[in-house]
Amino acid sequence: MSDTAQHAIGSTGAPQRGSAGGGGLDMLMRFFRLLGRQREATVFVIAVALFLYFLIDKGSEFTGKTNQVTLWSDSVAPYAIIALGEVFLLICGEIDLSVGFVVGFAPYLMYFLIVDYHFPGLLAILFALLLGVFVGLVNGFFTVTVGVPSFITTLGTGFILMGLTGMTSHDEPAPVPPQVMGIGKWIQNYAWAPIVWAVVLTAIFHVVLTRTRWGLHTVSVGGNLLGAREAGIHVSRIKYGNFMITGLLGALVGLQQMYFTTNESPTLGSYQWMFYAVTAAVIGGTAMLGGVGTIVGAFIGAVVVGILLDGFPLIGVSADPTNVVFGGAILISMVANVQLTRLRERGQR
Amino acid sequence: MTATTPDGQTVPANPDGDVLRCEHIAKNYGAVTALTDINLQLRRGEVLGLIGDNGAGKSTLLKILCGFQPPSAGRIFLEGQEITLKSVDHARSLGIDAVYQDLALVNQLTVFQNMFLNREKVRWPLVRNGVMRREARKRLDEMGVQIPSVDAPVAMLSGGQRQAIAVARSVYSNPKILLLDEPLAAMGVKEGAIILDLITRLKQDGNVSVIIIAHNYAQVLEVCDRVNMIQGGRITLDKRSSETSAEELTDLVVEEYRKALQERQRSA
Repeated sequence: MSDTAQHAIGSTGAPQRGSAGGGGLDMLMRFFRLLGRQREATVFVIAVALFLYFLIDKGSEFTGKTNQVTLWSDSVAPYAIIALGEVFLLICGEIDLSVGFVVGFAPYLMYFLIVDYHFPGLLAILFALLLGVFVGLVNGFFTVTVGVPSFITTLGTGFILMGLTGMTSHDEPAPVPPQVMGIGKWIQNYAWAPIVWAVVLTAIFHVVLTRTRWGLHTVSVGGNLLGAREAGIHVSRIKYGNFMITGLLGALVGLQQMYFTTNESPTLGSYQWMFYAVTAAVIGGTAMLGGVGTIVGAFIGAVVVGILLDGFPLIGVSADPTNVVFGGAILISMVANVQLTRLRERGQR
Repeated sequence: MTATTPDGQTVPANPDGDVLRCEHIAKNYGAVTALTDINLQLRRGEVLGLIGDNGAGKSTLLKILCGFQPPSAGRIFLEGQEITLKSVDHARSLGIDAVYQDLALVNQLTVFQNMFLNREKVRWPLVRNGVMRREARKRLDEMGVQIPSVDAPVAMLSGGQRQAIAVARSVYSNPKILLLDEPLAAMGVKEGAIILDLITRLKQDGNVSVIIIAHNYAQVLEVCDRVNMIQGGRITLDKRSSETSAEELTDLVVEEYRKALQERQRSA
């Protein structure tokens, strides 16, 4: 595991150290330089290496349908989906720590609306999704309009949501109301539904980031805040919008998780959603300083996260060592990313 | 023409000839006064040089005129009509465009993306990269600006190239009024000449009126029809370029500085 990660990274680092070497290395170098052109390529190599490691080590136990569904739909998809929002926020210079508690509260809101207020199922789902948008609006208000750093704003709203979830649910799980079981198929119950959601959303968000005004303006706001203002870009609109998008994605993941566990659980809301999503974004090459980030990279980052989360238990590594290795893997992939960025820059000259 | 009273109050003799006119513009940031009382006219097709020492309030005035920030007091008239500029977008829709001192370029975006920043060519929902790329290339070639590739991130360009891109961006948006804050600051001689040529060409076309902030008085006099000097948040001099010289302008600034120094010494 850690050897794999190191191995993968060791080989990506090879062209630098081995640049004095002979002809074979030369070809290898050219190959990696080609890879180095794309920020995402580094993470892709790591993801493939990890996948191959578990494939070789565990064979059909890893590649079997049951595990593959768990891997892609449960370990990759939710983080990939939330990471989409976090990438947009990180690029425009903000972060949302509260999104994991939208995940926890959205299903309960849907439940209360149906059971206590007799809303039709579809409308209740719509309102559950709108909760995410509303939380994003509140995050945007305190961050953009009032001027509280988003780290603090979303820490606060996260706690509020955590408390509200406990208060309203009395810390009791609740069943999924029968009215919304049907639509659940599309959100979660088909085995591959979550990863299909994740892939489709990733494609859409990638296009939004690279080929629409919204995306370009998000980069501008994070890359040069004053300059963006001077160019007449509606900076607050961009930030508000990205908070709202992130909240919406959190609510979607909340509903997916509700269908997956077939109940609304008081422990669903947690920081883990945000942590793994931000990890995916950062591994995928999104800078914490704003202006830089890729959606495809974040998706591949989520694949790395997912493979580690899914693969470690298979090879008998328990949760605690998993976290240690996980943290190490984050650091190593970051170092590799930085190294390759340097290599890339050298190659451009 | 314009009559200038000794305290710097200018009275327009022919208001209809002014494409832009400011009356009693003031700007405070809390307790700090940046502009006290600015009266300024810009005539159609004219290039007006705005000079003054650092901190005199030149950039503040420019940022008011392009809608970036509202004045604390005073009125602005565009072609005789009083206007209240609500935003940069609003000013732009009225034909007022600015090149800022800091250039407002985004390092992470490419040359062509910067040239169309917030003016992207769009076929909803996508931006039209091909069209923007071609047009950016064409404009820069027309200007004679050497850029390795319009797909290069602007972070990789020299100070002069960056400035040229910022100027090109505003010029090609076909403004009625173009505001340039230190357009020559980061330029070498050759690059500076490109910008000066461009301004001269604009002047010959006569469709655009320009306000330039600059520190190099020789360059200002070369390209401007008229010069206004800001000192202590007021306009203290309003002369045709042919009626003044770089020496006179320098002396005025230095004189002000000496006076302030003497006063400080006296009070100490």
